[in-house]
Amino acid sequence: MDLAASLSLVAPEVLLSASGLVLLLVAAWAGDKSARAISYIGVALLAVCAFLAAPALCGGAMGADTVAFGGQLRVDAFAVFAKLLIYAASGMTLLVAPAYFERAGAMRAEFPVLILFATVGMGIMVSATDLLALYIGLELNSLAAYVLAAFLRNDGRSAEAGLKYFVLGALASGILLFGMSLTYGFTGTTHFDGIRAALTGEMSMGALFGLIFVLAGLAFKISAVPFHMWTPDVYEGAPTPVTAFFASAPKVAALALAMRVALDAFGTQAAAWQQIVIFAALASIIVGALGAIGQINIKRLLAYSSINNVGFLLIGLATGTQQGASAMLVYLVIYVAMTVGGFVAVLMLKDADGTPVEGIPEIAGLSRTRPLIALCLAAVMFSLAGIPPLFGFWGKFVVFQAAVDAGMIPLAAIGIAASVIGAFYYLKVVKVMYFDEPADVVKGTSDWAHWALLVVSALFISPLGYLLTKWMGELADKAAAALFFAA
Amino acid sequence: MAGFPILSVMLLVPLVAGLLCLFVEAKAARTLALVATLVDFVLGVLLWANFDIGGAQWQFVEKVPLFAGFQWALGIDGIALMLIMLSVFLMPICILASASIQKRVGEYMAAFLLMETLMIGVFAAQDLYLFYIFFEAGLIPMYLIIGIWGGDNRIYASYKFFLYTLLGSVLMLIAMLWMVHEAGTTDIPTLMAYDFPVAAQTWLFLAFFASFAVKMPMWPVHTWLPDAHVQAPTAGSVILAGVLLKMGGYGFIRFSLPMFPEASAQFVWLIWGLSMAAVVITSLIALVQHDMKKLIAYSSVAHMAIVTVGLFAFNTQGLEGAMVVMLSHGLVSAALFLCVGVIYDRLHTREIDRYGGLSINMPKYALFFMLFTMASVGLPGTSGFVGEFLSLAGIYKASSVVAAVSATGIILGAAYMLYLYRRVAFGDQKNADAAAMPDLSLREWLMLGPIAAAVLWMGVYPESFLAPMRADIAALDARLSRAAPAGDAHLKMGEPKPAAGHADHAGHTEEAAAEGEAH
Repeated sequence: MDLAASLSLVAPEVLLSASGLVLLLVAAWAGDKSARAISYIGVALLAVCAFLAAPALCGGAMGADTVAFGGQLRVDAFAVFAKLLIYAASGMTLLVAPAYFERAGAMRAEFPVLILFATVGMGIMVSATDLLALYIGLELNSLAAYVLAAFLRNDGRSAEAGLKYFVLGALASGILLFGMSLTYGFTGTTHFDGIRAALTGEMSMGALFGLIFVLAGLAFKISAVPFHMWTPDVYEGAPTPVTAFFASAPKVAALALAMRVALDAFGTQAAAWQQIVIFAALASIIVGALGAIGQINIKRLLAYSSINNVGFLLIGLATGTQQGASAMLVYLVIYVAMTVGGFVAVLMLKDADGTPVEGIPEIAGLSRTRPLIALCLAAVMFSLAGIPPLFGFWGKFVVFQAAVDAGMIPLAAIGIAASVIGAFYYLKVVKVMYFDEPADVVKGTSDWAHWALLVVSALFISPLGYLLTKWMGELADKAAAALFFAA
Repeated sequence: MAGFPILSVMLLVPLVAGLLCLFVEAKAARTLALVATLVDFVLGVLLWANFDIGGAQWQFVEKVPLFAGFQWALGIDGIALMLIMLSVFLMPICILASASIQKRVGEYMAAFLLMETLMIGVFAAQDLYLFYIFFEAGLIPMYLIIGIWGGDNRIYASYKFFLYTLLGSVLMLIAMLWMVHEAGTTDIPTLMAYDFPVAAQTWLFLAFFASFAVKMPMWPVHTWLPDAHVQAPTAGSVILAGVLLKMGGYGFIRFSLPMFPEASAQFVWLIWGLSMAAVVITSLIALVQHDMKKLIAYSSVAHMAIVTVGLFAFNTQGLEGAMVVMLSHGLVSAALFLCVGVIYDRLHTREIDRYGGLSINMPKYALFFMLFTMASVGLPGTSGFVGEFLSLAGIYKASSVVAAVSATGIILGAAYMLYLYRRVAFGDQKNADAAAMPDLSLREWLMLGPIAAAVLWMGVYPESFLAPMRADIAALDARLSRAAPAGDAHLKMGEPKPAAGHADHAGHTEEAAAEGEAH
């Protein structure tokens, strides 16, 4: 395949990188007052990229036409599905960030540029079919993310979050690299197809260690138990728009990456990784649920909630079937909507001075002082708990359906029983907002972008979302088929 | 009526009204909620009037493939029709009973109207997953109703209600997923005729049992009920006792029995054992309560045990009896909670000792309370008698021991209900404030009058209620017949008398005949 065809396949990444560089120059000369404009340009760019990428998903692209740069990347329907979600999540961050940082007096023009670079990295992550391309994408995303976590320079917590994220992220990258080097050593290739071919039949001890280390490194990135410890600290310390970003886009990218690695590169050795994934899934569900119970900071609570959600997603991966992959993609869409809704609602909570309100006791009685925010946040909470008729139920439903269809009934039964523990702390938030006397801390008005995103995501996770199930299911099936066609 | 999606409209009316209630002020919300529930009641009457008794088993069927993996499928048989009627009948009364709610009226009405949509949805759903969605979704409005408008200990009660019932239900979802994977359809009527492997039925039955037993509630997983009932506002208790508990019984009759007949027979000892325990233990607990609502809550558990006994008698009388007990208990316990609500609104206490001699200053109230007490006891002429008699007759065929133990529930029921009535309505007017309470207002008449009429109607002419269900229950009985346990109380044939010619054996013959009669 010639270079032009490869370039046209990665057109969104090319566009984002080039315009990111241009915007960086603009930022340097026009200064921080251009930050809001650059953010909106970034949103427009992401929309253009989504428009460029979408046809491949609708057409269910797979096979040789989608391979770029001699097998480094594969821009198939699966990659595009993940990319569209990532673009949506990044665009959301760009929309909500200006109001937040302007209030803190810390809006700088690099912010949207960093988000765009992170998005390029994630685009590479989800389409990588070579360990090196994978690593480059991952690092491009991570380096931008470390800076973003520490973006509020004067805030000790933000700096701490950035440092923690950096140190642990570097450790995870090291583990991942070590695993990749072992894999390369025992298979003689970094290419997913080559690894797959080399690993058929009996697996050597070295290759098994390679697999385990790769999975451990990825588990760090998706914050699955037992590699989840950084998540609550980073999510709490990072500026809220950045937390919203971390909880959505990079999570989608890392999970899509993990899916491709597990199902494609190590696809013939499913028995070797399934038990690891099952353990990580159940441990994440249980630890995520138990850890959240004592939290009084809503961002920490949402961090544990994201660990909990990763557990449910991993149940889909543990099945190792195409249906499981499709279910994970559906879950990811709903998860992103719930995360966006939850964090935007948190962003809208501020006291009379405009300081962000993050304590759960401080939102007591919110249903009486801010009924619409409370209603949306309650919908998000019930949805995260997976209570029908809210749409969060559907995500859990398809994942458990995949598990049951794959014959993994004990896994499904334990997982769903543990989800009841999670329901407890989601209920607590609703209880504080609806049953308690108003603390009357939350004041002030919110940006139109916040309202728009909150209402859109609340409508999506409302029962109206079920009307989208057919369409979403078809797209996810196409994407999963592309993943398995390669495999 | 052909082609008019009456069930969807019945779901939509309260839903839309509920959403509107969120945006209007208190007075308008009350009116809107009352109008919407009355419209739904009228639609329900139309539904009953147009229900073709003896016609197709499933009527008013609507099927729209709206979703991935399941569809918007509604339809009712006689059993569902009766339970929907119960729901739409009680809802306007609940709205009337909510006059004492003063805070956040719009949200309150919205929660109740949403609840109505979900209740009708549960009984009308013909798709397994759609049923689950309606069944589970009911937790959210009830959680809010208990938590926001409940009594002092409402937070604990709301958590307990939510988590208890959620934990019961989640395993049912896994079982449903497996069933659909096995049978390849989500259509409830098809699944009701599908024969699952007997080994799998055991597990499926247990998963469904976990859900329905909690919802029902059966002893010993009933403990959420007294808390929820006591803490909920009056109308919340009415809906809980009147309709939500019936979802458990409906689940048994719609899912557990027809879908897993062999497993149902296999676990019959479990159901009977728990039911017998419930009848005796919760009746005794009810006897010592000081809180009126708690007393009635425990009596609900005892009555629902009569329902499970009837359901698992595996014969027509038992099933019919269970259905009538469910309908009757829906009316009677709702009315009793309303009676408590009437005096609670006046004196703001549920302590039995704070009342006394109410028949002197509130004679009309005392009359209604007497009627519902008698109906709860199961006096002939009231709805309670019909159901309990049929249930016990049914179970007697299956097991005389269970029948004997369950029948003690009737005696104990009389004991605790009459004791309650004596302490509240008779005796001296020992509390001045209770003695000064005014009698029923017009609104309260409108609440209690219709229920009293329905209770008497069901007691005197139960055929109106049994006729729509008869064919469905016969079909269920036919399906269950292959697994029904033998039973110990059947008539036994005597030995035939030997021919008269054998004079030398005459003495033996007489003995044999005597033996035959003895049987």
